[in-house]
Amino acid sequence: MSAAQLDREQAEANLTYREALRLALREEMARDQRVFLLGEEVGLFEGAYKVSAGLLAEFGPDRVRDTPISEAGFTGAGIGAAMLGQRPVVEIMTINFLLIAMDQVINHAAKIRAMFGGQVGCPLVIRTPNGAGNQLTAQHSQCFEGWFAGTPGLKVVAPASPADAKGLLKAAIRDEDPVLVVENLSIYKERGEVPLDPDFLVPIGRAAVAREGSDVSIVAHSFATVRALAVADRLADRRDISAEVVDLRSLRPLDVQTVADSVSKTNRAVCVEEGWPSYGVTAEIAARIQHACFDDLDAPVERVGIAEVPLPYAKNLELAAVPSEDRIEAAVLHTLGLS
Amino acid sequence: MPPLRNSSQIAPPSDALQLLAQYQRLVLIREFEQEAERQYKAARIGGYCHLSSGQEACTVGAVDAMAACDLLVTGYRCHGFALAKGTPAALVMAELFGRRDGCARGRGGSMHLLDVERGFLGGWGIVGGQLPIAAGLALGLVRQGSSSAVLCELGDGAVNTGAWHEALNLAALWHLPIVYLIINNEYGMGTKVERASSQPELYRRAAAFGMHGERVDGNDLLAVQSACERLLTRAREERSPAVLEALTYRFRGHSVADPGISYRSEEEIEEHLRRHDPILAFEQDLLSKGVEPQQLQAARESAARSVAEAVSFAERSPAPELSSLAEGVYASGSDVQFARMRLGSPFGEQELVFDAGLGR
Ligand SMILES: Cc1ncc(C[n+]2csc(CCOP(=O)(O)OP(=O)(O)O)c2C)c(N)n1
Ligand SMILES: [Mg+2]
Repeated sequence: MSAAQLDREQAEANLTYREALRLALREEMARDQRVFLLGEEVGLFEGAYKVSAGLLAEFGPDRVRDTPISEAGFTGAGIGAAMLGQRPVVEIMTINFLLIAMDQVINHAAKIRAMFGGQVGCPLVIRTPNGAGNQLTAQHSQCFEGWFAGTPGLKVVAPASPADAKGLLKAAIRDEDPVLVVENLSIYKERGEVPLDPDFLVPIGRAAVAREGSDVSIVAHSFATVRALAVADRLADRRDISAEVVDLRSLRPLDVQTVADSVSKTNRAVCVEEGWPSYGVTAEIAARIQHACFDDLDAPVERVGIAEVPLPYAKNLELAAVPSEDRIEAAVLHTLGLS
Repeated sequence: MPPLRNSSQIAPPSDALQLLAQYQRLVLIREFEQEAERQYKAARIGGYCHLSSGQEACTVGAVDAMAACDLLVTGYRCHGFALAKGTPAALVMAELFGRRDGCARGRGGSMHLLDVERGFLGGWGIVGGQLPIAAGLALGLVRQGSSSAVLCELGDGAVNTGAWHEALNLAALWHLPIVYLIINNEYGMGTKVERASSQPELYRRAAAFGMHGERVDGNDLLAVQSACERLLTRAREERSPAVLEALTYRFRGHSVADPGISYRSEEEIEEHLRRHDPILAFEQDLLSKGVEPQQLQAARESAARSVAEAVSFAERSPAPELSSLAEGVYASGSDVQFARMRLGSPFGEQELVFDAGLGR
């Protein structure tokens, strides 16, 4: 390997989550002519959250397609194009609007390969942000990734860091099956070191230990991971508690192994999600933990999620509802018998 | 009508008084939206905040075409509709501030205003979502034996949703008393109508359902009012639904967070501000009907006062009690059904939701 090559492969840049996603799209579009984007406001407006900024100018309107407000229509169109081996990347402005295309995703995209005896695939990517916390109120503050992660035939990833955002989006685009990439409104501006190697991928189906610790495992994904890391810092600084943070990164397939390894070591688990916990991601994780780690557990598995109400607008009510650092910390202390 | 403009002696005719009352609401909406933008930028309003500056004439015209017992539903750009309906500015501003006295009790914010008493059944945030619901309201009216009608506002972007097609077919098939008012402000976010709609003459789409459709100058209050009145009367009396497309323009960005200039030229905006401001047009109309400039001035001052009072009312209104988080999620009496769900609930849920009286 030449020195120049080595340099390139080891180079990193400090990017926002948003920029990391954009870089992934650019690299994949440059690498593979079959990759194209479609969604509301992805072109001229440069994306409602500016993820696709500059891509229309670089790749033209055939590959960066603005769509009408027709989620079922253009998601379905993405599915059809993917059946022919195109690599559509559909942007849904926020996950709330994905419900309109839910039938296309769950009744159609997820079924294609199995229902037709494995003869046709659907290498579709859908990107969309979830999340509350911005006073967007009941219809715009939701997290539905658990619904999709419960659907065989789909894959669901939910990166929490800029590097994972890049690596997982690229892996999703190269995947042969439909992948939902769940982004998050509050993480778009977070910064981190991102590998510039155009072949850097994060494998789908692998969790990461985002921070090592020995007293308790906090298991999270998406923005809940960002909160969990802040809580772990706090616990270390103020209480000398060593929390391990497991970032799921991928919800389906789910890396139960990494979670179980962590809980077997710490003997305690707090599962956190941004969405409603009933029937949610944390419900699944808690069930897996109690089965995989029954003998290792020193306390019941705790779960923290958003309060189970349609999200109110008023700032004080919303703040009380979200799985804040305070609430996560309280759950950790509780599981350690310290509250 | 003879030119009365210069005869300060002669009191304006009664229709001029009515027009003056409409002018009052036009300027109230404009003033309110300007203040909402300031308050948003001062971080006292959060979330999404969509302003209706430029769209005042079609808003007031359409609302004034409604009979007292007709029902109204709209999308999320709904400040103007609430104000046009007569919801006090103070209650609207308090809602934008997320306060207890807001018209949705601080739960809905800018996009989800409502005023049940005045027949305004909500601003809705999912594009197109209100269209089938409006058809259902019309169905409900018919089943109740009422002779009222529904006015359902939507944007030009909403005609491309599946919900539009399903709702219009139902309305036509079931002969529902409803008028779908498309406020065509030329853009859905950054997308011009022609870039989103294969048939950009949106009223023509009604024909696909065998429904009447027509277009009106949305900056001409009286034209909107008379078209809307005619169509609502038809809806009530003949039970025939219709589409009314009002052509207007959004002066500000899609929401306060959007400067609104990356997908349209400053000249285009300038042109509309200068030549097609519906309020300026209405002023000319009023002056030509004998209203005095001082009366217009007085209306503007009164609007400014109302808005200032609305802000101070909103400031004084308390935030909702934290203990009310779970209020209103279910009908009261449902707490019994939920009582046995407490056990093993996720961390914090017992205090946040169950102790707070979910379903009580
Ligand atoms: C189903 C759905 N998709 C996307 C959005 C995001 N969105 C909010 S407003 C809007 C544009 C709507 O434009 P238009 O119908 O013309 O109404 P206007 O904003 O001009 O009043 C979009 C795409 C949404 N709220 N709902
Ligand atoms: Mg519009």
